[in-house]
Amino acid sequence: MGKLVVHQDKIQDIKALMAICPFGAMTENNGKVEISAACRLCKLCVKKGNGAMEFVEDEPKVQIDKSKWQGIAVYIDHVDGRVHPVSYELLGKARELADKIHQQVYALFMGHDIGKAAEEILHYDVDKVFVCDKESLGQFNMESYAKVFEHFINQVKPAAILVGATPVGRQLAPRVAARFHTGLTADCTVLDIHENSDLVQIRPAFGGNIMAEILTPNTRPQMATVRYKIMDAPQRSETTHGVIEHFDLPDASLKSRIAVLGITKKPKEKSIEHADVLVVAGRGIKKKEDLELVYQLSEALGGDFACTRPLIEAGWMDPRRQIGLSGRTVRPKLIITCGVSGAIQFVAGMEHSEEIFAINSDPKAAIFKVANYAVVGDLYEIVPQLIADIQQGRKIA
Amino acid sequence: MNILVCIKQVPGSNKVEVDPVTGVLKRNGADAKMNPYDLYALETGLRLKEQYGGTLSVLTMGPPPAKKILYEAFAMGADKGALITDRKFGGADVLATSYTLSQGIKRFGDFDLILCGLQTTDGDTAQVGPEVSEQLGIPCVCNVKQVEKVEGDAILVDMEMSEDVERLKVNFPCLLTVQKDICEPRLPSYKKSKETAAREIETYTLNDMADVDEHHYGLNGSPTQVQRIFPPETHKARETWQGNGEELADRMYDLLKSQKFIA
Repeated sequence: MGKLVVHQDKIQDIKALMAICPFGAMTENNGKVEISAACRLCKLCVKKGNGAMEFVEDEPKVQIDKSKWQGIAVYIDHVDGRVHPVSYELLGKARELADKIHQQVYALFMGHDIGKAAEEILHYDVDKVFVCDKESLGQFNMESYAKVFEHFINQVKPAAILVGATPVGRQLAPRVAARFHTGLTADCTVLDIHENSDLVQIRPAFGGNIMAEILTPNTRPQMATVRYKIMDAPQRSETTHGVIEHFDLPDASLKSRIAVLGITKKPKEKSIEHADVLVVAGRGIKKKEDLELVYQLSEALGGDFACTRPLIEAGWMDPRRQIGLSGRTVRPKLIITCGVSGAIQFVAGMEHSEEIFAINSDPKAAIFKVANYAVVGDLYEIVPQLIADIQQGRKIA
Repeated sequence: MNILVCIKQVPGSNKVEVDPVTGVLKRNGADAKMNPYDLYALETGLRLKEQYGGTLSVLTMGPPPAKKILYEAFAMGADKGALITDRKFGGADVLATSYTLSQGIKRFGDFDLILCGLQTTDGDTAQVGPEVSEQLGIPCVCNVKQVEKVEGDAILVDMEMSEDVERLKVNFPCLLTVQKDICEPRLPSYKKSKETAAREIETYTLNDMADVDEHHYGLNGSPTQVQRIFPPETHKARETWQGNGEELADRMYDLLKSQKFIA
């Protein structure tokens, strides 16, 4: 690709030039700037260095023939034929990308006894479902699954492959990407595609405070993982137009150095720290029976419920459900507080939640200082209406 | 048993910001440290060494100051250390990084077991471990939450999946990435740190690798290319809503629906 060249004569201020590098990769040696192994070739110094730094391209690389790689494929993630919803979300995204470049959508489905589930995939606007249904694929095994994946890529040659960032996808995708010496971008939050089938992958870098736009310009297939609930889920259509194509590999080729000795189902964890959505009851709840409102709202949102310290002291809820310095610290994607005043000890236990709705009738309540949405009103009016909206599916005008 | 633990130096804080005017990354000057996840891999390796004998080596890749974490590992009980460092390795993505590591591992020695942390706190991809295993052609298990025992030329481990825990038997040589709940890492020992302060470490540059073609390393060997970096849009809107109960409820519903909290 190329390398960085320092034009020492064009440096006006060594200190200022060195300060540009976010990785501290420039050092001064006898008045000359040197670049260390900390350099990540972000090229910020080229952009901001007033000509002192230059990026010199190597001889151009041989360009691959992208027309030989066609279609957007999705790896179908499942447990015993129960498809993980992230796979449907990715099928929806794959359709959007494929339509942009007039290509097809493929699904790769491997496992045992998955015939019915594969039929169901066709209802999500898929052109072809490639199915490898074998007893030896009954349980996830990185080596044998990677082998089937490899076979699929060699046969179908898709331009891009989307994989859900599940415990399976997060280990299978890198194994396959390394086998094909291709790029894999983890946890993409935005995906788009150029006309030449280059996948535009956007993901948070450096702990989520910076976004990076990433391309895989000269290798195929391009691979990306995406977390659950990032992309929109598509509508299931009654009709189908795609086909199922079965393929098989000899058992001998699926041999693995990993053996599954046993499987233990995990108990469903019930801890407020693990909840993505939390509804919190505060002193604005007038009597114990009224907690039903909080229970119902949390259930309607598929979340869990919690409370503040006064309610624990009143014996209204299990102490393990208390949020705050003397309780638990939570960081859900969504938190809705109902009648919580917002004492500092409470706020310390929840202020890093991603989205904070606070319902309180007192416009001066301290909780409104940390809330993204300060909903000034009576929880006894708002919460029942919200539950009804969710249950009945309010029509958006 | 010869155990290798791959470790990485990461920024002390992940609070990196982009100056919205100049587009330059603002460094916060916080000290670099060992990736916290790697401490669990190290502790897992040390316990296996104590139980079954053998040696524990540590390997890292980065600029020369990264060797500091090798000495931290020595203070916890690691026996040998190696640093992979070369400007030509700069700008490496997951594939080029894992290739460089696999080359360095081959140079460093023959290992029965390679341990990695689940992920790093700066990249957060969790992909380098499995890619290294593929480059070395050895089996790999990620999300290991418990090591049961070594049995002959295999190791029994528990892998955490979304709905269950799988007990697996993996043949040596193999690579495992371990979760944070696997064990409690020990503190570095002052005595060991004194004893190992002058220990020699191996340093590998491009010329020490079996493959010296620089097109396979760093930015040149990276199939993914960062086109640009930019600050995220902040959606932390602070809004105050007023109205009657029904209006407020409907408004909440519409927003929650658009944010996909309601299916």
